[in-house]
Amino acid sequence: MSELTEQTRHEMRELMSQYPQARSALLPMLHLVQSYEGYVTPAGIEMCAEELGITAAEVTAVATFYTMYKRHPMGTYHVGVCTNTLCAVMGGDAIWSRVSEHLGIGHDEVSEDGAVSLERVECNAACDYAPVVMVNWEFMDNQTPSSAVDLVDSLAAGEPVQSTRGAHIVTFKEAERVIAGFSDGRADEGPTAGGPSLRGLRLARGQDDTATRTGKEATQ
Amino acid sequence: MSKPVTQLLPVLSAHWDDSDAFTLAGYERVGGYQAARTALAHQPGEIIDLVRDAGLRGRGGAGFPTGLKWGFIPKDNPNPTYLVVNADESEPGTCKDIPLMMATPHTLVEGVIISAYAIGANKAFIYVRGEVLHVIRRLRAAVAQAYEAGYLGSDVLGTGYELDVIVHAGAGAYICGEETALLDSLEGRRGQPRLRPPFPAVAGLYSSPTVINNVESIASVPAIVRYGRDWFRSLGSEKSPGFTLYSLSGHVTRPGQYEAPLGITLRELLDLAGGVRAGHQLKFWTPGGSSTPILTADHLDVPLDYEGMAGVGSMLGTKALQIFDETTSVVRTTLRWVEFYKHESCGKCTPCREGNWWLVQILRRLEAGTASADDIDTLLDLCDNIAGRSFCALADGTAACVTSAVKHFRDEFEAGTHTPAAELFPYERSALEAVAV
Repeated sequence: MSELTEQTRHEMRELMSQYPQARSALLPMLHLVQSYEGYVTPAGIEMCAEELGITAAEVTAVATFYTMYKRHPMGTYHVGVCTNTLCAVMGGDAIWSRVSEHLGIGHDEVSEDGAVSLERVECNAACDYAPVVMVNWEFMDNQTPSSAVDLVDSLAAGEPVQSTRGAHIVTFKEAERVIAGFSDGRADEGPTAGGPSLRGLRLARGQDDTATRTGKEATQ
Repeated sequence: MSKPVTQLLPVLSAHWDDSDAFTLAGYERVGGYQAARTALAHQPGEIIDLVRDAGLRGRGGAGFPTGLKWGFIPKDNPNPTYLVVNADESEPGTCKDIPLMMATPHTLVEGVIISAYAIGANKAFIYVRGEVLHVIRRLRAAVAQAYEAGYLGSDVLGTGYELDVIVHAGAGAYICGEETALLDSLEGRRGQPRLRPPFPAVAGLYSSPTVINNVESIASVPAIVRYGRDWFRSLGSEKSPGFTLYSLSGHVTRPGQYEAPLGITLRELLDLAGGVRAGHQLKFWTPGGSSTPILTADHLDVPLDYEGMAGVGSMLGTKALQIFDETTSVVRTTLRWVEFYKHESCGKCTPCREGNWWLVQILRRLEAGTASADDIDTLLDLCDNIAGRSFCALADGTAACVTSAVKHFRDEFEAGTHTPAAELFPYERSALEAVAV
């Protein structure tokens, strides 16, 4: 049963109206579909196609090109472990193995209770915070295998989790709604910058920054 | 307090530790949007001249002169002109635009206002990768605040100039960092590169004249307007003037962002960052992401600028300095990077689509220690058939990554014919100590 409503259609039209050519809104529209459905459903593809006046095949061609669009429901908390080269070497491979074993699921798979899904993600532009884990596309910096296991356990238990450089972690659907273009008013949450982002600035000012990194320090 | 470090020069990062730097109030308090006022009091052509004369070069990888790019926009084209900011930061190792947009998104918005005004655009797009939720929030909030304050909209700062800015989130595809693939993606299509010519300056977004610049390039423009051409040229070198963000990551004691005039060396940066992690030595590094040929300890004193890096057969790229120590298997890192290129190949060009697949097969054998005697030659031969034979530079990045690794560490690849990489370089030794706990 599709979760898409007339409201979804109105929101799609709102997105389309922002662009000189409506089709430019297709990527945001597909994010919007995921915010209702949890993944890109056939009904979502149909609705995008109807609104844009293109074929379902054309929408599908786009939806299958991008890794953020999912073909089946993700967990409430979608966890991405960076296993691109630098994170992998720094411990990302070990994190991946431990978390995957702990949850008993692999890449693009969801835990039985639907709480957590896993993905091996490519470089997420946070290399100075390696190894990095993403939860619903929020940064969880400077992870270790045990911190990552604690993280997924907290998520699965429904405990509140704060990104190390972002907001209180919202659900996959809520995150997709923000990415699509609808604000959740959380922009002011979290720090301006994490510790590694400030290292050069502090040295230039003559502020000592000789402490080596830890998960905690990196976020202060 | 210790002595201020004079080799560093925080400009873009100067206010990243203000708790409200990402808000309009925080930005205005440190002089934000003054440069936009100044710029809009001049003729657009004067701003193009300023940026060209200052010598700003693209900070997204290629180093193309920004003012020159702006000057390519035709004056007689009946279609509207667009400015597109490439905020699809995805090149492995690259992590400068994300913290910039997180901490001071208004710097980018102000850069967009000045740049769009200079090229005569009334609509600008910031194409940000989708996998950075909080950055998207901060950017959109900044744009909304800029509208409310009259910095954007139908009458920017009461000058009659009209500018709309749309923050557009991508959906996960490295290739969309390639400018023509980005345009296709922004038009709601699969992100596949276009054949050039026509170049985007003539037929870009919606077949209209379009300028595409990296986040850091655009964010550098307000400082040039504010402090002037001569100041900018007093930094760096004749051909590589100005300041930039260097990103240190990997086996370095204090990884992070270090902003400095162009031309600082890795030796200097490593000194500032506490050196390679304790008890270890530098083995190899990338100057600007995985697509720039790797270098070694022999290159510690080469200036990190466009000419310096080109002079040693590499590229400045995105200044993503990924540091690897002697525990690291170069066969392992090369394989992982090529797996990335294989995954991210858009599939349009055969040499890239097929070539990356075959490279991965050979590199997997090399990593497993089961390669045949002629596998290394086949690897290099494949690179020769991939580089320069595709629409875009993704395949060139693969080839650069592989050939530079073989050039500097051929013996390690040869060992792949009899010994697994994980035996020669136990992988747990490369991981951070904290990870092993």
